[in-house]
Amino acid sequence: MHGLMLRAIQTFAQETYGMPVWDRVTRRAAAGIAQFEAMLVYQDDLADRILDALTAEVGSPRATLLEDIGVYLVSAPRVERLRRLMRFAGLSYEDFLHSLEDLPGRARLAVADLVLPRLELRSLAGARYILSVEGTFAGFSYVMTGVLRAMADDYGALVTLDHRGLRQGREEIEITLVDISFARGRSFELGAGAA
Amino acid sequence: MTPDQRDDVILALDTLCPMHCLIDPKGEITHVGPTLQKLRPRDPMPGMAFLDLFQMTYPRAVHAMQDLRAVAGRQIRLRLHFRDLPRTGLQGVLVPHGQGGALVNLAFGISILDAVKDYALTSSDFAATDPTVEMLFLVEAKSAAMEASRDLTRQLQTAKIAAEEQAFTDTLTGLKNRRALDHILHRLIEAGQIFALMHLDLDYFKAVNDTLGHAAGDHVLERVARILIAETRTEDIVARVGGDEFVLIFAQPCDLQSVDSIAQRLIQRLEKPIQWEGEVCRVSASLGTVLSLDYATPTARGLLADADRALYDAKRTGRGRHSFHHELAGQRGGTSAPRLLKGKEQCATSR
Repeated sequence: MHGLMLRAIQTFAQETYGMPVWDRVTRRAAAGIAQFEAMLVYQDDLADRILDALTAEVGSPRATLLEDIGVYLVSAPRVERLRRLMRFAGLSYEDFLHSLEDLPGRARLAVADLVLPRLELRSLAGARYILSVEGTFAGFSYVMTGVLRAMADDYGALVTLDHRGLRQGREEIEITLVDISFARGRSFELGAGAA
Repeated sequence: MTPDQRDDVILALDTLCPMHCLIDPKGEITHVGPTLQKLRPRDPMPGMAFLDLFQMTYPRAVHAMQDLRAVAGRQIRLRLHFRDLPRTGLQGVLVPHGQGGALVNLAFGISILDAVKDYALTSSDFAATDPTVEMLFLVEAKSAAMEASRDLTRQLQTAKIAAEEQAFTDTLTGLKNRRALDHILHRLIEAGQIFALMHLDLDYFKAVNDTLGHAAGDHVLERVARILIAETRTEDIVARVGGDEFVLIFAQPCDLQSVDSIAQRLIQRLEKPIQWEGEVCRVSASLGTVLSLDYATPTARGLLADADRALYDAKRTGRGRHSFHHELAGQRGGTSAPRLLKGKEQCATSR
């Protein structure tokens, strides 16, 4: 399990529920450490244990937590960098959707050992899409649902998202574009983030 | 070419090469791609002389249109920059166009990072097939990954310093360090142990450092450490407490004589020349000793200070010597000598 993923869960939990809750979560999960390092690799089952512990501590269903993590990842000021990296995908929300298949490749370009689940986008009639998520990390589609929701706000698009559960070994999300220029969205300047 | 065909070509150029410009035989710009024009939004480029707008840096001797045309056909990457501010650097390629005119396509090259900021460029300013936006993505992703790595390195560095501060070992010589010495000394005093504490200071060490350098100095210190270990028993303590200062603790010394003979043997061995990269290093040592028995209630600070006094007495009376604190002027008549242990079963300094 890549440290970036555990680190994402950690900062989400710390900022959303506070440090004492996070300390209880790591103890309950018998993680052995309280802080994950973004650039280290941890045991594979650690994220599962942490998520189980977090579910038990805060009393939200796992799916809800994962979706909240997805929203947090691209909308919290602290992780502005990630939002920017996502916005490089395209000028409109539709561009963004079509670039999702490249997401695992983009992630690997940035961090060579970061393996994300395979993403596949199918267009349906009536501005509808199906995003299927195929990978070893069960529940990643819920994170993607959160990401899709938050990025819609970012682009100022109005969409509805429907998590359709597991189909033929893949998790599927149905996306309906209601209005692609519903609101102004947040600004994105190409050169604003290069350090 | 019909006007319609010409429009098609211009549209294609604007889409495929949004930073191109067309130059007529007089060297005047006749058409400019949308992104290139965006770099100087207030000065319409058509009608301006190409060489008035840009300064060529490679090839250098380009003063007129015929010089520029001469580049055509050669595989040359033009280098140029705007004459006015911001003097953004550009790269370009030139091909002949029309009767004596030219088409120049420009690109930012490495100046792209400044250019996107200076001109607020967006993805639509680049051709859809241009990988520049991917490159910007990579630059930013790389910065983020570097930052994460740097955070980790910084934390590890802090942890390393903290661990070193807590460590009991002198990293150069492997001897115990000052912290370890303080720790041991307090334990011995608390347990009411009888011991001799010897402060050793190398003589002429500074000369080795000054003439042969720190590497030679380090070599000498390592050799000294080996000698100190070899000349003491495993239950004795040898610590390096400063640059060329050492403290030795002998538990259960049997008499002054044996402590002095250890000191003399140490001096003898330390005075033997030490070879270093074909050079010879010569040092000696001055030593001062205190006995815990000389004090009704010994303290670590008091013992070290008195050993230091004895050491400086040794140095003052000529180097390569050993002094006992109780023999110093004003200390004579102390009770230590008679009180020093005699019983064989407690005597531990004979080797």
